Formats: sequence, structure tokens, C-alpha cells
Amino acid sequence: MDSALLTLHDITKEFPGVRALSSVGLELHAGEVTALVGENGAGKSTLVKILTGIHAPDAGEIRMEDEVVSFATPHDAAQAGITAIHQETVLFDELSVAENIFLGHAPRGRLGLIDKRRMHREAQALLERVGAQLDPSTRLRDLGIASKHLVAIARALSIDARVVIMDEPTAALSQQEIEELYVLVETLRQAGKAILFISHKFDEIFRIADRYSVFRDGELVGQGRIRDTDSSSLVRLMVGRDVDAVFPPRTAKIGEPILQVSGYSHPTEFDDLSFTLSRGEILGFYGLVGAGRSELMQSLFGVTRPSAGTMSIDGTPVSPRSPADAISAGIVYVPEDRGGQGAITGLPIFRNVSLASLGEVSRGGSMTGFVDMAREFALTEKYVSRLELKAASLDQSVGSLSGGNQQKVVIAKWLATRPKIIVLDEPTKGIDIGSKAAVHAFMRELAAEGLAVIMVSSEIPEVLGMSDRIYVMRAGRKVAEFARDDATPEQLVRAAAGIETREAAA
Amino acid sequence: MNTQARVIPHRANGRLRRIFGSWEALLVVIAIAIFFINTQASPYFLDPWNLSDATFNFTEKAMIAFAMALLIVSGEIDLSVASIIALASTAMGFALQLGAGTPVLVLVGLGTGLLCGAFNGLLVARLGLPSIVVTIGTLSLFRGIAYIVLGDQAYSGYPTSFAYFGQGYVWWVITFEMVLFVATAVVFYVLLHRTGFGRAVYGIGNNPTAALFSGIRVPRVKFLLFLMTGVMSGVAAICLTSRLGSTRPSIGFGWELEIVTMVVLGGINILGGSGTIPGVVLAAIIMGLVTFGFGLLNVPGIVMSIFIGLLLISVIALPRVFGSFAGLHRKR
Amino acid sequence: MKISRDILLAIALLLLIGLVAMRFPGFATPQSLASVFNDSAILIILALGQMAVILTRCIDLSMASNLALVGMITAMTNAAYPMVPVVVLVMMAIVLGAALGGINGLLVWKAGIPPIVVTLGTLTIFRGIIFLLTDGQWVNAHEMSASYKAFPRAELLTLPALSWLAIAIIVGMAIFLSRSPAGRAMYAAGGNPDAAVYAGIDTGRTRARAFVVAGALAGLCGYLWVSRYAVAYVDVAGGFELDVIAACVIGGVSIAGGVGTVLGCVLGALFLGVIKNALPVVDISPFWQLAISGAAIIIAVVLNARAERRPGRLILEQSSDSSLPVSHS
Repeated sequence: MDSALLTLHDITKEFPGVRALSSVGLELHAGEVTALVGENGAGKSTLVKILTGIHAPDAGEIRMEDEVVSFATPHDAAQAGITAIHQETVLFDELSVAENIFLGHAPRGRLGLIDKRRMHREAQALLERVGAQLDPSTRLRDLGIASKHLVAIARALSIDARVVIMDEPTAALSQQEIEELYVLVETLRQAGKAILFISHKFDEIFRIADRYSVFRDGELVGQGRIRDTDSSSLVRLMVGRDVDAVFPPRTAKIGEPILQVSGYSHPTEFDDLSFTLSRGEILGFYGLVGAGRSELMQSLFGVTRPSAGTMSIDGTPVSPRSPADAISAGIVYVPEDRGGQGAITGLPIFRNVSLASLGEVSRGGSMTGFVDMAREFALTEKYVSRLELKAASLDQSVGSLSGGNQQKVVIAKWLATRPKIIVLDEPTKGIDIGSKAAVHAFMRELAAEGLAVIMVSSEIPEVLGMSDRIYVMRAGRKVAEFARDDATPEQLVRAAAGIETREAAA
Repeated sequence: MNTQARVIPHRANGRLRRIFGSWEALLVVIAIAIFFINTQASPYFLDPWNLSDATFNFTEKAMIAFAMALLIVSGEIDLSVASIIALASTAMGFALQLGAGTPVLVLVGLGTGLLCGAFNGLLVARLGLPSIVVTIGTLSLFRGIAYIVLGDQAYSGYPTSFAYFGQGYVWWVITFEMVLFVATAVVFYVLLHRTGFGRAVYGIGNNPTAALFSGIRVPRVKFLLFLMTGVMSGVAAICLTSRLGSTRPSIGFGWELEIVTMVVLGGINILGGSGTIPGVVLAAIIMGLVTFGFGLLNVPGIVMSIFIGLLLISVIALPRVFGSFAGLHRKR
Repeated sequence: MKISRDILLAIALLLLIGLVAMRFPGFATPQSLASVFNDSAILIILALGQMAVILTRCIDLSMASNLALVGMITAMTNAAYPMVPVVVLVMMAIVLGAALGGINGLLVWKAGIPPIVVTLGTLTIFRGIIFLLTDGQWVNAHEMSASYKAFPRAELLTLPALSWLAIAIIVGMAIFLSRSPAGRAMYAAGGNPDAAVYAGIDTGRTRARAFVVAGALAGLCGYLWVSRYAVAYVDVAGGFELDVIAACVIGGVSIAGGVGTVLGCVLGALFLGVIKNALPVVDISPFWQLAISGAAIIIAVVLNARAERRPGRLILEQSSDSSLPVSHS
């Protein structure tokens, strides 16, 4: 098992404004699990997309058993025996379990028709191999996330993949399901597959991985055998820099409480969450992807309604029924999904910035009044210059900006409404270092002006470097709360992964 | 910290080039070409009274098209507009039987349009149903009610004063409908391009989630757009009924497709988010000129529709096929 | 167990028939129901074609125009060359229809024009071409050969050939959509186009294929329609494209793509067919038909939306979120 099954050499990939990967290498060996470790934005998902044929690398080569390969389409990658199981399972809700497993390569019978009986029989066998007690004819939409994962894994087995990429497969699973998954990974390893296992959870990395590779800011910063390392050195590699040095110093004085949330619950997404936020404070929300943090924030913002719980701003109870209500109550939410929920990429910068303040830039102060373009440009200029936006002109479309500058436009849009509370959901995810620093400095500035800030982040240095207090969530529930000076990276990771809190809760 | 911040210019250079490369510029060229061909084709074309008569074949449709343009920019569509005409016209005829005078007839026409628009708006904006299916349903329902009321009968005998809307002249060759056409064009131009409401419509059409998150009351805006489209269908019903002087349940049959064609030809993206009212005005004029020109040559209407169909597909396909070459911009 | 939508629709259909039969028992006799089926056959065939298109997240507004154009061409061919056998005419109708559908498909696939725009254009173009071909003239019954008119009416085991053809196409489409890789690709391409790419499905090609299927069926119906009614003119089946879409919607085919069954689609078409045939029986003016089908569409779309409501991410640990199956309980 010395020669690698799959080797990546000097892979580089750039997107407008960001270098996602700079000449990284990676080796995957048959019958071994390689853990890929890194923060969000370290380049892991870009690497997965290159391996599965969605992106083509700008430079570098991919070899499979010493043969150079290139994947023009996802189909090519699948043909070469590479398959990925994604964190957000991408399958077909309306098709049956068996069809999801065999779509594109179903067993054929007479006349080239799909042999349903054989397909179901083979699906049944695969499902048994992965330990799933599922009826192959069940429609996928009737299943929970865990079961969908099992279907995805069965699909991976069905195409007889040689390389299996598992992208945070345990992010949304319960402890028991995770145990079952470990058994499955063991089965795959026994079967001689090369497995790339992406995870934030250190306990599972040490439990199942044979090798590790650590990415940071698009570069490979360390690799080796798991048995030669320990979790603190991995965290050091992953975080890399001295946490305090990078982030701007705290200058804000924490004032009186402004936001009070108690007992916030949702039937399926989160349960019994309470916290207080004060003027000038930055409250960090840490957790793994899918811990329910964004769902909580969107509920505070009026996108969904809680089933129980209250929220009050400045002592006045508020229950926003729409984002419009929330904005007028003084709370805004800068979403994580910049392209889908934040920026309107087809419209110019100034129209994006004014969109949440149409009343203010219109004569008569109402939305049906005439837009005063002078006021509109003045408003835009005021906020984008504070954020040091780089653009050719204010009527440039937002879609033509880099990710970092798009984020500045999005933040400017919500700031222009002059909120009392601003929620930033993964504010620096996928943006370049320079823009990151600008966003961080700006958050400090806002806090110093007396704004109350909530920052949802999955990046440990960001959480530790920016927050005054840290609130940790796991599977929709609060699991820990730290004052900034009391928290260590390992404590956060352990709390979010549910290792220590399990005993505490019991 | 922002002492060194560069000042970003408001507008990029090359506005002139953008204007000449715009969709509307292409439509102007097409309109001029067709106008020129028409003058060559028939000596009767330039007669002011003939030209005035020719405007009737687009003014009523265009009034609805302007409202429909906003609706399509927002990402929705209303296929029931022609059926609203039928129902509004039937309601007016019914009121006529009960002895209503012109002012009441107008109110009944507008009111029916408003109610129909509200019904569509309720189903789409409040219940979140797909507008294309909902309005195919109301397309059948509204005209169906007209058929139930009228069967194979017709209402006629509208008062003389009612005839003004579809047959009256304001001055010389300028018809009342022309004035209404210009007025509604201006109103919808201002609404879409000069007000905060218009900004919200573009925002919704480009990215409904981001618009919602920006505090725009998306359901309310969509509801209002359906209401406007319904009212404009009511206005068109008044004009058309007045012009024809009678109501049959088949009135305005098939207009929905011509109106959508007009809107799309005018450069409104059928998927929402872009397009302008001037584009729709130009498209209306082009369709009017084509109909009139073929009419002068005694070419039947159906051949004209082939031409419009080809124009629709080719005008949209060519920039896509030769995208970088033509470099056409769609203004927002 | 959850009652499937198709079963609910079937129950509604039976109730409708029962209601009419309560006052007019003659309506529910086998002969009467067979004639309702025969009367709905063309709508069923067209709705199945439309369903294939809608499954891929497209729409075909040109089906009725396609039908009229192909129908006219077969009628003119028959009038000019009566010796051409009907089988050849039927084959010609299918091929011509498929070619017209192919034009739609190519414009959607290669030129990237939204399907609604493409088929809005071809709707007027196809019908316009009929006028160019005929100059507005009709092809009347006496110009058509006897065999041309006889084929759909020819009885076999008590059912007319038209009904048998519809049954064959129902079975064929059921097999195609559920058992062939190309048919499954239509569900995948419409249900989740992004994921379809991962599974190696060419979404554009799949869409174009659906338009060809719809076109071929529309072409076939062109011959069937013209021979059944024994007349061809420009406005044949005018506005029928909306009835076809209505049948799909009532049958539970989701306009958002990826959802729909052959059974549901057939039931949807039958529902409209039963209403149309029942109205004269219960002595309601046929002018009610349009409004009733409109109301049926609206009710159906409201019910469909309820059935399709999707759950959230389900983050909280719940008993249903284990590896055990949650359906069938």
C-alpha cells in the first residue's frame, strides 16, 4: 500500500478575486482513510469539486495509478471511479431509493428497459451492506437526512467507486447514526477503497483516519500519518497563526442589554434557546455546519416563526412576521448564502444598497414615492466607502464584483437601514484575506458605535478573535457558553462535536 | 480609517455606447425599417387617418402589456387577461340590461377587472401557487362565467356617450385610446423606473429571497401587480366594448398570447428581472405597424402572426446565439 | 399509509360518474363509459406528451398548433393522393409531429430560449403555416378517402381503434417513463437539474427529447382529430393546448417539474372528458364546461401545492430521523 491510488500535484484554482487553491498536493491510498482538515474557506470544497469534475484546475495534474487523468464533466469523474457523498445530499426527492442508487447505470433487461426487479434486488443488497433497513421502493422525500446519506453511500458502492469522498458526512447525524457510519467506513476500507474524509470533528478523525492532510487558506500546510500526531498539533496547523495578532483589538465598551431572547423553539430546527445581547457587544455563535444557528437567526429576522419563546428589543417585546417587520424593529440579518439571499447580482451596486432603504431614498419617505437618485447615490457612497469597496463605478452590476466586495455591498445594504442589532452569518466565508480584515475591522467599529453584533461563524480563530462571548450550539440546542478569555480552540471543537457535553447533559 | 478611500464614480463611462447597444435601440431600428417598407409597399400608408385607424390594433393590448410587463419583471405572469376582458365586458353588458348609464358601466368594468386581479393575486401572492397554472385556470374560469351568462347571445345597445372610449377623437386624428395609451405608458414608466416600488419589482424578479430579506413585502407587491393587471384589463375591456359596441363571450379571444408576445418582444425577460417600458412601447408600435402594413397589402392577419412569431423567436435567439458578437445589453 | 394522489383523483372521478348516474343510470353503462373514454382519447394522448415536457421543467404551448398543421398535411396528402395507404399517413404524421417538436426542443436546448417563449412563437407559426398551405381553404369530408376516415372508427373487440390506440400509448408511456433510462432521466432533469448533472444526465438533451415525444404524439393526434371529425381547417383544435395543460395539472403533474404519473395524467384527462360528456346528460348548458374546467384546475393546483409542501432541514434529533424507514407506517 505504498504507492498512492490517486495523486494530486500542484493543483491551483483561482476564482475572480480569490485564489482558492495554490499548488496543493494530495495522495489517497487504497484501503486507507485520509482525513482532510481545514477551516471553512481553506479550499476543501474546491478540491472536492475538482476531484468530481465540476471545476477544472487552472494548473497541476491528477494521476490515477500513475496515469494522468482529467475530468471535463462530473460524468468523467464518475467513470474514473471517483464518487462524492456531500454534506447537503444531492439526490432526487421524487424518485425511489432504488432509482436514486441506480440512476444513470440501472441494470437493463430486455429491449434496453430498466430491469426493475433486479434493480430492487441489487438495491436491497447494497442497502443491507450499508446497514440500512430501507425499502428500495420508498420515495426519497419520505426519508430523514441520515437515511439519505445511507442511500448516497449505497449509490457510491453501486458504481463500484475506487475513490470515495465523504464531505462532512456526520454533520447532521445523531451519535448512534455516526457509529453506524464508522462501521460503514470500515467496510469501505476493507474493500480496498481510497477514502477522503472531510471533517471538523477531531475525535472521529483520530478514530477512523489513517492519514491526514491539513489545508489553510488554499495551501497544504501539513500531512502525515495520524498515529504520529495529536489533536492539538492538528488544531495548530489548521488555525496556523497567532489568533490575537490578526484581529483588531477590542475598543468597544459593553453597554446595557438590548436584545433578550428566551425559550426560542422551532418544531424541527432548534429548541429552547435563550440569550442576552448588549450594546457594543459581539456575541459569537459557534457550532458545526447544520447546528441550527442560521435557522435561529432567520427566525429572529422574521423569515420563519418560532413555535415558542419571546424576543424583546430595548425591553419591548417584538415578534416579527417578516423581515420587513424585523428591519423596522431594528434587527437586520446578513445571510450566509450571499448569492442566494444577500446580493441581487443582476442589479447595480447602488440599487442593491438602496433596496432595504427604499422609503428613505424616496420623496415623501414612502416606497411609492419617486426615488431621489441623488439621495440614493449619497446613501450608497456613505456606506460603501466605510467598507472600502473596490469597484469601477456604482452602477456596475454586483455580479461582476469579487466575493469580498459583494459581501461589502450586502453588508452596506443592511447597515443603511441603521439597525440597532446586526446579525452576520458567516460574514467572511469564502472571501479573500484583505476583505476579511476589512470586515473584521468594520465589525469592531460598529460595536464601538454602540451597535449590538451577533456573528455566526464556523471558523475558530474568527470566533475567538472577534467575540466578547461565545455561544455554542449542537443539533439545534445550546451546549455551552464561554466568556472570550475562558475559551480555547479545543474546548470549542469538543463542545460543538458533543464530546464533553454528553456527560454534562446526562 | 477611510481617509484614503477612493471615490467611486457613480456612473461608468460609455453610456452612449450602452444606449446604442441596447435592446430598445434594436427595436427602434426594426420599427423604422418596417415603417420604411410600409411606405414603399403602399401609397395609402402615410395617410394620417389610415395611421390613426391603425393604432386601434395595438392600443388596447398595449395598455394591458404595460401592467403585464411589471408582472413579468417580478417573475410572475397573468394568462387570464383576455378572459378578464370577456368577464368585464359581460358584467358591463349585464349592468346595461339593468339600466346602467355610462358612469356606472365604467365603474362595473373597472371593478370587475379589480376583482379578477385580486382573485389571481390572492392565489399567487398569498397562497404561493405558480402563476402560470393559476392563471390558466382563471383563464378558463373567467371566460367560462361569461359563457354561462351569455351563451351564444350578445349584449348590445350601449349608450352613445359610452362609444367615446373606443371611437372618440380628442383632436383631429388623435383618438381617445391613443391618449390613454400614452398616459398609461407614462404612468407605468414612472412606476417601474422612477419609484421605490419599481425598484422593489426588479429586486423581486432578480432574487425573490434576497428581496424578502431586504425587507420588501414580496407578497404585497405581487398582489398589487396582479391588481394592476386586472384593472388595466378592465380598462381595455371598456375601450374594446365601446369600440365594438357589443359584448360576446368570445371577445378578445387569444389576446393573452399576443400581449405576452408584445411584452417579451419589448425586451422583458420572461424569467423576470429585466426589461423596460419603452421597450414594450416600441414592441407595441412594431406589432401595430406590421399588422397595418400587411393589412394594406391585403395579407390576412394569420400571416402577420407568423411574422410576429418568427420575430419573437429570432429576436431572442440571435443575441443568444451570437451573444458576444452583438453585445446587446438589457437595461434594468 | 398515505393515500396517493392518484387514488384520491380516481375516487373523485368515480364520485362524479356516480353523481351523474344517480339521475341518469344510462351514463354509467359500459357502452356509455367506453364512448366517454373514446371521446377523451385524443386529450389523453396529448396530455401524456405534455406531461413528458412538463416533467423536465418545460412547457409546450404549441401542441394544438402542431396537431392542426400535421392534421392538415395528412388531409391534403390524402385528398391529392388517395392511394397512399393510411398506415403511411399515420407514420408520416408521427414523423412530422416529432420534427416540429424537435424544432421546439432544439431552440430550447441549443439556443437556450425559455420554453414558454419558444412555444408561444411556434404556436402562431405552425398555425400560420396552415394558412399559407391552404389559403384558408377547408379540406372537407368528401375530399377524404373512405379508409382515411374509417381507421379511428374501426371496431376491434367492441372498442374503436382510437380507444385501442390511446390504451397502447398509455401503456407505452408508462413503460417509457418508468422503465427506460431516457424516461427516468426526464424525472431527474426536472426534479433536480443540478444533481442530474452529477448523475451524468444531459439536461438539455433530455428536454429536447421530451419535446420530440410531445411533438410525435401531437402529430399522431393531428391525423386522429382530422379523420375523426372528417374536416381540416386552420382553426382545428384552437386553444386546445390549454385543455391539455389543464388535464396535466388536474392529474397532479407539477409545473415545477419532476412530479407526475401516467395514471394521474390519464385520470386528469378523463376528468375533463367526463365533465364534457356529462353536462348534456344532466341538462346543463355546454357553456358551463369552460368555467367548470377552470374551477377544477384551480382546485387541483391548490391541492397539489398542499401535497408538495416540503419539510425543513430537520436538525433536531427525532425518532423519524433515524435510519429506519418512516413511510409505510
